[in-house]
Amino acid sequence: MTASRGNLDHALSLLRTMRRIRAFEEAALAGHKAGEIPGPLHVSIGQEAVAAGVCAALRRDDRITSNHRGHGHAIAKGAAPGPMMRELYGRAGGFCGGKGGSMHIADFSVGMLGANGVVAGGIPIAVGAAQGLRLLGSDAIVACFFGDGAVNRGPFLEGLNWAALWRLLVLFVCEDNAVAAFTRADAVTAGAGAVARAEAIGVPAASVDGNDALAVLDLAEAMVASIRRGEGPRLLHARTFRLLGHTSTDPAAWRDAAEVEAARAREPIARLEAWLAANGVDRGVLEAIAADAEAEMARARAEALAAPWPAPASAFADVQDVGAVPVPA
Amino acid sequence: MIEALRRAAEQEMRRDPRVWVLGEDVARGGLFGQYRGFLEAFGPDRVVSTPISESTIMGAGLGAALVGTRPIIEMRIFDFVMCAMDELVNQIAKVRYMFGGQGRASVVVRMPHGMWRNSAAQHSQMLEAWFAHLPGVVVVAPSTPADAAGLLVASIRSDDPVLFFDPKDLFGETGEVPDEIEPLPFAMARRVRSGDAATVVTWSAAARDVARATESLGREGIETDVLDLRSIWPWDEEAVVASVARTRRLVVVHEAVEPAGFGAEVVARVVERLGPGGLRAVRRLGAPRVPVPFSPPLETAIRVTEQKIVAAIRDVVAA
Repeated sequence: MTASRGNLDHALSLLRTMRRIRAFEEAALAGHKAGEIPGPLHVSIGQEAVAAGVCAALRRDDRITSNHRGHGHAIAKGAAPGPMMRELYGRAGGFCGGKGGSMHIADFSVGMLGANGVVAGGIPIAVGAAQGLRLLGSDAIVACFFGDGAVNRGPFLEGLNWAALWRLLVLFVCEDNAVAAFTRADAVTAGAGAVARAEAIGVPAASVDGNDALAVLDLAEAMVASIRRGEGPRLLHARTFRLLGHTSTDPAAWRDAAEVEAARAREPIARLEAWLAANGVDRGVLEAIAADAEAEMARARAEALAAPWPAPASAFADVQDVGAVPVPA
Repeated sequence: MIEALRRAAEQEMRRDPRVWVLGEDVARGGLFGQYRGFLEAFGPDRVVSTPISESTIMGAGLGAALVGTRPIIEMRIFDFVMCAMDELVNQIAKVRYMFGGQGRASVVVRMPHGMWRNSAAQHSQMLEAWFAHLPGVVVVAPSTPADAAGLLVASIRSDDPVLFFDPKDLFGETGEVPDEIEPLPFAMARRVRSGDAATVVTWSAAARDVARATESLGREGIETDVLDLRSIWPWDEEAVVASVARTRRLVVVHEAVEPAGFGAEVVARVVERLGPGGLRAVRRLGAPRVPVPFSPPLETAIRVTEQKIVAAIRDVVAA
């Protein structure tokens, strides 16, 4: 890619987002290791360029749905790290009041309609959100993030067919990190994968190097423009690599060390930094972006640790209006 | 009843432009004619005939609710909801709670259920108890045209997700329904008849058979206090407890399988409230724990019939 002033600015902005995602998840992993965060975390370290590139192509009023590995999607869409970290810590002031945790981060104020603990769970929700937005006269689109494992679940087929039938404003984003939980995706996926499946249904699709943030942004911008023109849904297939285990407690020792090392050499943040440096951006600028992100997330961690626990009575709130059980005295 | 249900949904779609309906064949009027004329009245954006994709019918309804519309999710018949259980149980029922109140699943899921004209095991089920067990949802199971219409209006206006069990076998029932259908509150039992001999609690299709059975007992002078719950979550515990406190005899009748049916919850709550000595006799009457068979004599063998209800009430009254 040639480096114009415009795409240098874009690249710096993408780098900031990716650094913030990385720093958030590293702070959360440290918090988990220190026993501060209850329950497992699914982190997306090594996959930040997909969230950053796709969300940079979206408007504020566009919506996203996410999956169990959704910290990056939320931050890239604009969710504030403070309430997010408090949610991971199960504290008052978390986005979900401590009822959701890492797997159910949502921030409706920035169009983040929720992470999801069920693989492919966000796909029907995304197409319905797009259908509802159309009914309300909006031209907002819905970007739907899911992994390579989701293409083997029925809602993937149903949702693509549905979105194509009504030419809904949906960007399907298959974040292909090469592994479905503890199993290589290619060992459990027949045929040519997400792009071929989408095209068979009539949803135009393309693959991109998901560790190249600028390439992800370019493809996402082109697809978002087509979708908003009313040309129907698109599927963006981003090839990336999950550098760590399935959860924060999974060492992923079964993986080929050489493959992981090779993937580490292609990881997206160092690549973007190298590109920026080669195009004349001072290393000091890049280091400052990293340091700012780390400081921001260290603050979020410290604030989360200091935040109060939610009142036990709040466990009884927001179940239902009619037929709710009483809060015990 | 089907016309009462049709009018209730039509009234609400005229009242609120955010209400729309999605499901298989709804633009053709729906399987039972409950949406007849809707396509012409409201257009294809609000009357959406979908593919046979139950997961996405349910999940899309949720997504559309999260951005501010109020979908009626038509499941065609209840048994097909099993193909959409993730979207119903893991998503719709929990979204408000999991996200700390940020989103509301203001949907009505319509599920015509129950035994119906020898339709066999996958088209006749009554599993309403599953959903009474599920936090986050309202569960409605009416038995008369007026109740069905009033409760459907209330369900569509509810901000909570409502699981609306249309009673298939009662679709042909007739009754007075006002021109302007008012919402009927949930958890308000309907007193079908009054008496002191025993309290009989029922809902949905079994209510029709209970009405016939208790009418014939009434002709013999056995007058029972009959309550049609109309909604089973929430349910009218106060009315049931007050009645049993008076009669001290309780029979719960439902079409669903008896073990672990919602009747067990009714009995348990009454015993908790009145104490183990508060009742002289108690009886649940439901189907045996077998799937619904096809052949008429086989289906009849497992059905909760008027005769079985009469016998159960006689036993309890005599105890």
